[in-house]
Amino acid sequence: MVRQSVLKFLKIFSFTSILFINSSFVAAQKNDAPKLDMTVNRGVIKPLSLAVPSFIKESGANSIISRELAKVISNNLDSTGLFKSIPQSAYVSMPLSFNTPVQFSDWSIINADVLVMGSVGLKPDGRLEVKFRLWDVSQQKEIGKGKQYFTNSESWRRISHKISDTIYTRVTGEGAYFDSRVVFVSETGPKDNRTKRLAIMDQDGANFRLLKHPPSLVIAPRFSPTTNKIIFTGYETGKPRVYLMDLSSEEITSLPELKGMSFAPRFSADGSQIVLSMTENGNTDIFINTLSTGVKRRLTTNNAIDTAPSFSPDGKSIVFESDRGGGQQLYIISTQGGDAKRISFGKGRYATPVWSPRGDLIAFTKIKEGKFHIGVMRVDGTKERLLTTSFLDEGPAWAPNGRVLMFFRETPGSAGAPSIYSIDISGRNLRKIKTSSFASDPNWSPILN
Amino acid sequence: MKNIGLAFFVILLLVGCENDKSFTNSLDKAQISESDIEYFQNLVGDTVLFTVDQSGLRPDAISILNAQVNWLKEKKFLPITIEGHADEQGTREYNLALGARRATAVREFLLAKGIEQDRISIVTYGKERPLRVCSNEECWSKNRRAVTVVGKKLLSSD
Repeated sequence: MVRQSVLKFLKIFSFTSILFINSSFVAAQKNDAPKLDMTVNRGVIKPLSLAVPSFIKESGANSIISRELAKVISNNLDSTGLFKSIPQSAYVSMPLSFNTPVQFSDWSIINADVLVMGSVGLKPDGRLEVKFRLWDVSQQKEIGKGKQYFTNSESWRRISHKISDTIYTRVTGEGAYFDSRVVFVSETGPKDNRTKRLAIMDQDGANFRLLKHPPSLVIAPRFSPTTNKIIFTGYETGKPRVYLMDLSSEEITSLPELKGMSFAPRFSADGSQIVLSMTENGNTDIFINTLSTGVKRRLTTNNAIDTAPSFSPDGKSIVFESDRGGGQQLYIISTQGGDAKRISFGKGRYATPVWSPRGDLIAFTKIKEGKFHIGVMRVDGTKERLLTTSFLDEGPAWAPNGRVLMFFRETPGSAGAPSIYSIDISGRNLRKIKTSSFASDPNWSPILN
Repeated sequence: MKNIGLAFFVILLLVGCENDKSFTNSLDKAQISESDIEYFQNLVGDTVLFTVDQSGLRPDAISILNAQVNWLKEKKFLPITIEGHADEQGTREYNLALGARRATAVREFLLAKGIEQDRISIVTYGKERPLRVCSNEECWSKNRRAVTVVGKKLLSSD
């Protein structure tokens, strides 16, 4: 096994043609060149070998937390496919103190590329103090600066996610995404009598919780940009209709202006508006609704099915699907209205477009020759790439950094059921997210505050 | 005439519908009157089927709907909800819109034949409520449907 330096890894790690990054890590490595341009290499990426010893226990900290902090970080980074953790049983030594110099030979001998060292202590006021440092083993250099966090002891898991985000960002140059949650629909019961419940979990599947709502059918919850609200479609009145839920109180508000049948809502990036589709006289069109005033504005008037709208991050455009050209295709329209411009032209049907939080790509569901795919394309419709294929893959949801997607995959037949998966936009690293029930309609929160 | 219809219904039951709950339940009834909702569901036919990704009414649907109109005209006090459904081969949002198109197609037909507008409400379930659960055309063709539910009305203001 040939070890690689983190810098060399940086050079081969990339998704797009040229990445310009500007991170503290790069600045620390090359003070004269804060921007490093990396050439793309679409070859196989050999994951960085990662060592995360249990955090050093200081002043009264719980040894379970010291182990779990390290475990959650390992799991997060392993889940990217860009890191591979060395089992702790292979370590030749364990760090005993946070401040003593690192014995790099103990880590190079087990082929570690990256070493994460942390400590956890309990302060007299009951808060946890968590510290960590990140090391490039072959260069024997620290990557970035050490960080320190204070938190109440129930929130240790979020500290693990924040540390994971810092490591991921420093090593890859990509944005954070571990300290985030996923809302979805938990499904139980037989296929012809399914019970659907709104549910929430951490990005890694931990802290699963069902949300309170009337027992009627619910569909496709979506986060507000501030992550404290969701919007979803429910059948409480017998018809599909858009509702807001405050996540801290789980109080549900209906939007009186959305009478009739309304569905497929999503927030704008600033949270002030929602875009959705409404059906009147059998015809489904796109509307924008301003939440503070309840003023609803029609955006499309076509006789076709116009649905599944999604805002661009700058709030200026909406991508949606329409069958106005005969089959389902993707279109972009200004939020001020006007003509919609078709962006998808390939064979098959395109549906459920979702604008990346980075603004560069649109993820979609494609149905072609009886198979379903999750794919991405540029905003102008070029560079389409299909990432998955199965009997039924549907409903992509962007990670906050725009580099990973979740979606749901349903298996065929009478026992068929949905599960949530994630995949890197490179098409690598397809993973099933463990949930305690069937699960569909995932939506990824922004990074938590 | 009524008895012949009933006998035919029972034969149908014995021949091939043992899995269908609504039929089995009806077996327990000693007699089904023409005015019963079960009669509408099973003998008039409360369900019309659609072609893949279409909401146009096929000839088989039109003959069922004509029978529905005749029955519904005798029951002026009964409200009607038309449910539109799609098979699992489409995406969730599109199928909701497609189900709405199908329910609307049935509603338009009933209105054109003189059923009162204020009796009828429509709802779409998209692919959320499949009747059959296999993943092939045999089931999908039964799931692409619009069902006329009598005795139920959703408020249009909701």
